[in-house]
Amino acid sequence: MLIDSDSKLSFEKSRPGRKGTRLPKDRCLKDPLKLLPDSLRRRTPAPLPELTEPEAVRHFVNLSKKNFSIDTHFYPLGSCSMKYNPKVNEWAAGLESFSLVHPLQPEEGAQGWLRIFYELENYLKEITGMDRFTLQPAAGAQGELCGMMMVRAFHASRGEVKRKKVLVPDSSHGTNPATAALLGYEVVQIQSNKRGRVDLEDLQKCLDDKTACLMLTNPNTLGLFENDILKITEMVHKAGALLYYDGANFNALLGIARPGDMGFDIVHLNLHKTFSTPHGGGGPGSGPVGVKKKLEAFLPVPLVEKKGGKFFLKEDQPQTIGRLKSFQGQAGMILRAFVYIRTLGLSGLNQVSEDAVLNANYLKEKLKKAFPVAVDEPCMHEFVLSAQFAEAKGIHALDIGKRLLDYGFHAPTVHFPLVVPDALMIEPTETESKETLDRFCEAMLQIRREIDSNPEVIKRAPHSLPIRRPDEVLAARRPILTYRDWLRENSDSDRHYEAALQSKAEAIPH
Amino acid sequence: MHYHPLTEEDREEMLRAIGVRSFEDLLQSIPAQLRVKKLSLPEATSELELRRELESLGRENQNTKTLLSFLGAGSYEHFIPAALPQLLSRNEFYTAYTPYQPEASQGSLQTIFEYQSLITELTGMDVSNASHYDGATSLAEAGILALRHTGRRKLLIARSVHPHFRGVLQAYLEAADFTLEEFGFEKDGRFRKGEFEKLFTEDVGGVIFQTPNFLGVVEDLEGVAEKVHQAGALLILCTNPLSLGVLRAPGEWGADLAVGEGQVLGIPMNFGGPYLGFFAASRELVRKIPGRLAGMTIDQEGRRAFVLTLQAREQHIRRERASSNICTNQALCALAGCIYLTLLGKEGIREAGELNLDRANYLRKEIGSIKGFKIDSAPVFNEFVVRSEKPFSQIASRLAGEGILPGLDLSHFYPELKGAFLVCATETKTKVDLDRFVKALSRA
Repeated sequence: MLIDSDSKLSFEKSRPGRKGTRLPKDRCLKDPLKLLPDSLRRRTPAPLPELTEPEAVRHFVNLSKKNFSIDTHFYPLGSCSMKYNPKVNEWAAGLESFSLVHPLQPEEGAQGWLRIFYELENYLKEITGMDRFTLQPAAGAQGELCGMMMVRAFHASRGEVKRKKVLVPDSSHGTNPATAALLGYEVVQIQSNKRGRVDLEDLQKCLDDKTACLMLTNPNTLGLFENDILKITEMVHKAGALLYYDGANFNALLGIARPGDMGFDIVHLNLHKTFSTPHGGGGPGSGPVGVKKKLEAFLPVPLVEKKGGKFFLKEDQPQTIGRLKSFQGQAGMILRAFVYIRTLGLSGLNQVSEDAVLNANYLKEKLKKAFPVAVDEPCMHEFVLSAQFAEAKGIHALDIGKRLLDYGFHAPTVHFPLVVPDALMIEPTETESKETLDRFCEAMLQIRREIDSNPEVIKRAPHSLPIRRPDEVLAARRPILTYRDWLRENSDSDRHYEAALQSKAEAIPH
Repeated sequence: MHYHPLTEEDREEMLRAIGVRSFEDLLQSIPAQLRVKKLSLPEATSELELRRELESLGRENQNTKTLLSFLGAGSYEHFIPAALPQLLSRNEFYTAYTPYQPEASQGSLQTIFEYQSLITELTGMDVSNASHYDGATSLAEAGILALRHTGRRKLLIARSVHPHFRGVLQAYLEAADFTLEEFGFEKDGRFRKGEFEKLFTEDVGGVIFQTPNFLGVVEDLEGVAEKVHQAGALLILCTNPLSLGVLRAPGEWGADLAVGEGQVLGIPMNFGGPYLGFFAASRELVRKIPGRLAGMTIDQEGRRAFVLTLQAREQHIRRERASSNICTNQALCALAGCIYLTLLGKEGIREAGELNLDRANYLRKEIGSIKGFKIDSAPVFNEFVVRSEKPFSQIASRLAGEGILPGLDLSHFYPELKGAFLVCATETKTKVDLDRFVKALSRA
């Protein structure tokens, strides 16, 4: 069996006395532990698992084989830009001359790193049309937090304390309203019009002297470019508010258009989307934030600057919003993005969005007869289909996603954006071949046929993976979040599991 | 471009299938005046040439192979078993997506579950999330949770908590109109009890200590939890997870929230990131904690299965009512921590702690016997303060000539600590290294 079906935890494979590594035995002092007063010492030993190195290695390698990944599967996930993660980026990040450098290394001894930060900032400025960047935010969501903190600081600096509203389109990513709310803003949703864009009338209605900011993604989460973007930015600025660009969809625009030129005041980019750094199973990412000159003073510290040919970290920013994380930023991801941009160069970067947009339109054309397109117009790098018609057979977008797993494709984004019922958001990216796209279409069309001929196979999908559908209701009702929780549940009784197993016979969890 | 598979033939065929004459026809929504003319960027570089350039850039950095470094202060040089980076480079781990599709992500989900289990065992707490960006942001989220939970608007923090942690907490609190107040430390680095008691008023929703603190001192928190709980507030402890094999754990101190920097668990210093913020809490707080949680359940056929759970707390479900806005976290770094703790195991974590105690305490004793240098006696883990008569800049430049980085000038962060510097010695130092350093200091 190629995929090990064993789901035993490391704790369950543990045997007393086994060790996974060997540390030096020598001591400089006779009894170092005695230097700690009793009251400061650990009471009971931490019961970490005891495995030898071969057991631990086998354990983790077998676990890895239960994963889909971009190096093994196509991921048509909308707004995630699951593109190929280049290996030379990993090579660079693994160099000891970069990885073994302390963040507080005296600056004369960190010029290599500081140059990477400085040059990446310059590339990002040019690519987006913004005036200054901070590379500190650790992810897109933190970039949004950074941006919104600067919005707040900007308005406060002008005595505009009444501006307590933030506008977001109803198609926005969840992090937008979550971030605004974290800062105490009232979140107001703007409607989309029939063509999936921001409804200008609704926007005008909501814009007033209490508006702090409009947060937009462009192209939006339907994959459509806001053709009235210049009008929108004009309207917002006229009302004295600022414009925030969520860069999640920037893979559509490299070399084609720049948010700075559109009129955005603040931009965040996702290095783990557009700039190829790996998703890592959920991070680490990196969310650099770019601003127009009028917001420069509020940027977080430190910033990287150059003087007399030498690079240095600048902490002296009197109006800064402060510091958003320890040290300078997700340096390892910054290095990877730098290598990516240098590998692609101007012509490569221009080709990214061209192929991304071409791939998306090709897929849309081949799929739209089987699955209605939310808005049937040329799309950018992604598009949204609706599976609402399948409701009659008791099938939802989620089920179609699960069935795709059987065909060897990761599911697209499902049930988002919320403005499209039973949405399937598909973004192929530029690193997929036409052959892969054709195979994906075949699978989707086959599933379309299954909706009519064999809905059960979809409702019970996936069939061919290490597990079938997990009981998420049970997981939330009786949360087992640690090995200790599981021990407690088990000693309580096997009753619970017996009962749960019995009820498996009926309902299929959604 | 060798990452882009489409050939010219493909492109033509695809345009035909779409039904447009040229690619430009697909960009009709974009106003002409917005179209980029030409970006000013360097042309593509071959891998061969780029690698030489990067190696050359790398040589402009000093690293722990070119320098004998005693610099700690929140980022540490530790032994990383060779098996760890090899496991992390499994493509199925590092190029995987967030495990929203559990059937396709049991590898990631089980490792998150094991990570959560390891952190709770290590910290003595009940529940851990799947990670935050770093120790500082983890503390910020803990602080906000404490205020929301108690309905109060002020946090109290020891000044001996890492300056970056305090800075980030300050920024996050200001954003939500909360306040932060500080209590100081004694000359030997321990927190000032009297000042803490004076400032701990009814309006304080949470109290934050770090142990070992930024100055390396292991704090005595006897009686603190009781006092904090009596007043209806929460106790938040920042700690060094690698020290918990030997030091009293947050759960054993009665903490409600345990946070800190997990970079010490198998993650290289990497000029500041990516690191690992761990976040652990007591059971009552489980439905309020931010970030992802992996839970165990069963599938339709009764098999054990792992899923992201209690997602109703998160941004993709609750949007503006989410407990935090965090989406991408530090999954691969948490995996590193998981693998590291598994390889070290029950004995290894204790031994590692003992080694750090050994190296640092020996070094402190030896430095204390050099004329012109003074040390304190408060218990330390792997860092300690040294006071010198000579200015640190002089010492540093003398030692740089010998390929040694003596530590951190504390006046950079604490103006009141002029003439003091912070020295770190981990298990990576041999007695020979330590003696060499002492000799160099005595000649500085």
